[in-house]
Amino acid sequence: MESTVVSSKNFNAYFGDNHVVKNVTIDIPRNNAIAVMGPSGCGKTTFLRCINRMHELIPGTKTEGTLCLDGEDVYNMNPIYVRYKIGMVFQRPNPFPNMSIYENVIAGYKLNGLKVPKADQDNIVEKSLTKAALWNEVKDSLHKKGTFLSGGQQQRLCIARAIAMEPEVILFDEPTSALDPISTASVENLFNELKANYTLIIVTHNMQQAARVSDKTAFFYLGELVEFDNTKQMFTAPSDPRTQNYITGRFS
Amino acid sequence: MNARLGIRNTKSIIFKVIIFILAFLITIPLIVILLYIVKQGIGQVNWHFLTHVPAPVGETGGGISNALVGSIIIVAMSSVIAIPIGILAGIYLSENSSTKLAYYTGLCVDILQGVPSIVVGIVVYFWVVKPLGTFSAISGSIALAIMMLPIVIRATEETLKLLPPSLKEAALALGVPYHRVMLKVIIPCGFSGILSGIMLSIARIVGETAPLLFTAFGSPFLSYSITKPIQSLPLLIFNYATSPYDEWHNLAWGASFILLLFVLILNITTKLITRRWKVQL
Repeated sequence: MESTVVSSKNFNAYFGDNHVVKNVTIDIPRNNAIAVMGPSGCGKTTFLRCINRMHELIPGTKTEGTLCLDGEDVYNMNPIYVRYKIGMVFQRPNPFPNMSIYENVIAGYKLNGLKVPKADQDNIVEKSLTKAALWNEVKDSLHKKGTFLSGGQQQRLCIARAIAMEPEVILFDEPTSALDPISTASVENLFNELKANYTLIIVTHNMQQAARVSDKTAFFYLGELVEFDNTKQMFTAPSDPRTQNYITGRFS
Repeated sequence: MNARLGIRNTKSIIFKVIIFILAFLITIPLIVILLYIVKQGIGQVNWHFLTHVPAPVGETGGGISNALVGSIIIVAMSSVIAIPIGILAGIYLSENSSTKLAYYTGLCVDILQGVPSIVVGIVVYFWVVKPLGTFSAISGSIALAIMMLPIVIRATEETLKLLPPSLKEAALALGVPYHRVMLKVIIPCGFSGILSGIMLSIARIVGETAPLLFTAFGSPFLSYSITKPIQSLPLLIFNYATSPYDEWHNLAWGASFILLLFVLILNITTKLITRRWKVQL
């Protein structure tokens, strides 16, 4: 039915002696919005960062098992190529403060030293900002610094920056936890449009958000993947008692 | 109760008055020094003074062109040596602060900063001047570069440590290789801090005399060669102020004024530049 884009098999991650992600096996279908939820410290963010190998920034990390993008093990690929294919949006909006809005969107090309003709650049910037639902708000101030935008706009700018690289998958690490409710709504609305072209994997500890935006939800608890199912199914009739407890708020 | 409150209020007022007076007092020596040097030096300075070499004893006129050119050459060469090394070492220290190498490098930087400048001069004399067989501009530059290094390294390190890690993550997540992340994102974002460190280190070394005494040595002639002895402003001041001739004293005052002016301009530009190029995080 649907093709798998990211799949892991018996995947483990360690920080030093700390076993953070335990034996996770998951197949993530293409062009869906996947929510990853669970209490703090359950390994969901670590798992997310393992997908584009960002956890390697922290010394002392180790992984076991396989994690594939389109059937190819990302741990056999060049991390730089992995990150071309898998974009990421962080908890706090982090536009480059030394660059204008325009330069921020095109940053993935510029910083990698890829030569793109000016007309194509304009094109990429407009397309990405439009997809990120930011074009109408910033089209007259493209050459202002990105840091002058509001928090929600900055986050959508970061989404535009990720989209500009035309990745297959975009990882979101609690993308709205630093935003106010209005900005949160604007980012959440985006997910619905983006999943037509990209696979979205969204870490959140906000259950309502998971229910609102995702097609499928993965529930992590103490480093294990407890349950992975259609969001509707998960929130109405979870199969695991731990999921049941979590969504009814019996433990946090 | 009210009486006690009254006493406490009075104490606060006295304290405020004292810190105000002390803050005011410390500006007085600076102002007096500035005024005195300006008064003694400004009369010497004219176009002739800036474009001619010192006149021999007994002749009037003469200037400090050789020292100006020498100072510029020495400072420029020191910068070329010290700035790239300093920035790269600073990047390493800020990026790997928990490693052993960073610990010992940091320790060396601190010690280097505390080494008396005359000692740096002697070391460079034995390591560079003696093997080359001659005093030279390049040996003076090496001595001053050693003085510059710790300031540039620490300024870079401290500036980069203040940048949020999310900045690096943002760039790395776009698939940007590490060296480009550092050179194209991290350094530009910390540019104003690094630049002010560089400017302050230049302001520091341009007035250094001791390391130049037995490296650049000084010269009464105009020289553009990096392998020959060369004059510099502080060396000229040192040599001419200790001479018995009034004309030479005047020359030293004029040179002092120019040096002071240069350091002042450097400090003010630093302030302006850091404000202008400060990246809003």
